[in-house]
Amino acid sequence: MTRLSGTDLSVQIGALTLKNPLIAASGCFGYGVEYAEAVDLSTLGGVAVKGLFLKPREGHPPERIVETPSGMLNAIGLQGIGVHRFIEDKLPELRQRRATVIVNICGSTLDEYVELARILSDAEGVAALELNISCPNIKEGGITFGCSLHGTFDVVSAVKKVTPLPVIPKLTPNVTDVASFARASADAGADAVSLVNTFLAMAIDVETRRPELSNIVGGLSGPAIRPIAVRMVYECRRAVKIPVIGMGGIASARDALEFIIAGADAVQVGTANFVDPFVWKKLLDGITDYMRRHNISRVADLVGTIDTTSREKEWISS
Amino acid sequence: MLRDVEARVIANTRLSPDYNVIALAAPEIAEVTQPGQFVMVKSARSADPLLRRPFSVFEVLRSNTGVKGLTLLSKRIGVTTRILYDAVEGDTIACLGPLGRPFEVIDPPAEAWMVAGGVGLAPFATLGEALLARGTKTTLFYGARTGAELFYVDWFQSRGIKLVLATEDGSAGHRGRVIVPLEEELRELESRLPKPESRSGVLIYACGPEPMLEAVAHVAGKFGRPSQVSVERTMGCGMGGCYSCVIPVRDGPNGHHYVRSCIGGPVFRGDEIVWD
Repeated sequence: MTRLSGTDLSVQIGALTLKNPLIAASGCFGYGVEYAEAVDLSTLGGVAVKGLFLKPREGHPPERIVETPSGMLNAIGLQGIGVHRFIEDKLPELRQRRATVIVNICGSTLDEYVELARILSDAEGVAALELNISCPNIKEGGITFGCSLHGTFDVVSAVKKVTPLPVIPKLTPNVTDVASFARASADAGADAVSLVNTFLAMAIDVETRRPELSNIVGGLSGPAIRPIAVRMVYECRRAVKIPVIGMGGIASARDALEFIIAGADAVQVGTANFVDPFVWKKLLDGITDYMRRHNISRVADLVGTIDTTSREKEWISS
Repeated sequence: MLRDVEARVIANTRLSPDYNVIALAAPEIAEVTQPGQFVMVKSARSADPLLRRPFSVFEVLRSNTGVKGLTLLSKRIGVTTRILYDAVEGDTIACLGPLGRPFEVIDPPAEAWMVAGGVGLAPFATLGEALLARGTKTTLFYGARTGAELFYVDWFQSRGIKLVLATEDGSAGHRGRVIVPLEEELRELESRLPKPESRSGVLIYACGPEPMLEAVAHVAGKFGRPSQVSVERTMGCGMGGCYSCVIPVRDGPNGHHYVRSCIGGPVFRGDEIVWD
């Protein structure tokens, strides 16, 4: 990927410097190694690996995904190899490929998050922890923290106490006021917040009257959710000082820039990677191009630069 | 080497009101595709459909100057297959591949029996060619709803592949499911060669609807013959990223675990899958 001289794409998340604002979204990129043939992992700002529990998990039976207008529903159920096998089997290759690894962790209890954070803080090659408190597809945890301000505060502060790594809670959009969850995270010491996870949704086959997904409900992602996600990033940017990592239906450089201008310091790309695993170079080149056209040397200078001067009065929710 | 090719449509042959064979100028992929591998096709420029769809590579197109492309056998059932059916020469279709674990090709004196159901014929043109190139005696058991939906019969016959046909309405070949003649042949093979040590090896390859694959795996197991089946599950990415296309694979005597059929398959041993 080209990096024009004089174009600074770096992003600061706590003590961590990402080389650019493009992060592969958790749950959409396997453990990263699956995509090494399509993209040089070291050229990405970060690789957020599939959500890990302490133990391996089977996930839901198929059908696990269904396509919807400009989007898709998924209810994978966090199938995963567990943290120990991740460290043994996947982390060495990610290290060798010089990926900036963000490990997405998921627990049923506060102790499980803490235990995962401890284990991963001792592992070589982990750059940051993303707290999955927002998966809509499993009953037994995660989302219970993400849907309660106290739960969010408690899990972030508990994890912060045991790890020197940057801690990034991943927020659910399935709440009334996502900005208050960003604020609770910041108050608890989060180094950044990432949002949005998927929107709880469902689809029915009308001929059979059966749900399309075995789990009945699932999470909606893809371009269909982008305008809602942009609005939520904008709200969070106004609510907190810590970095905001935006995501939701980004498929082009234009889309990524929209999030950055709304207030995202970095962005994650998920569903678009399914459609085009070579999307990353197009995104980075497009952002660089834009910066050159607009005479912006640091991407950080673009963050939150939305110009609302003539429209401020129309904004009714603040 | 994985590639995403904006492939020009070279030709589109409609075989019936539902089936077509579309030829795509994707030589970079065709050259390195092994029998049983697939491509992820993006037929639309827009977000409808958003995701790619998997297709087995049907034929590798060769000319005097080398490989010029590949074909896909498609049955019109959804948005992508409708676009493929309606496509005209000069359109472009994005093609990502080759992907997946191919069939394992065997050598003589073992025989190869390929079992196809409907659009499940797709991987057997390249597999048949690869087997014949090694001198392996090859038979195609091919089932469809009607005789009008049996395609490329001459293509296989002219290359020296023996054909056993079956149709559900009896309009061509055996009446009923293709599993019936397959089981008869297996029984006959056993009676011809009663002692296991005198049996020539037969490897069974299958692709088609999952109930057919299950039946093939079951019958093959019953007669002590190995089978390889190519499964098709709802696939989001083809790369191992989304975890949608999983299939339960046997894990010890009672257990199973979900394997992504895009990278762990689509070809599996028939006896390792836990059928629903």
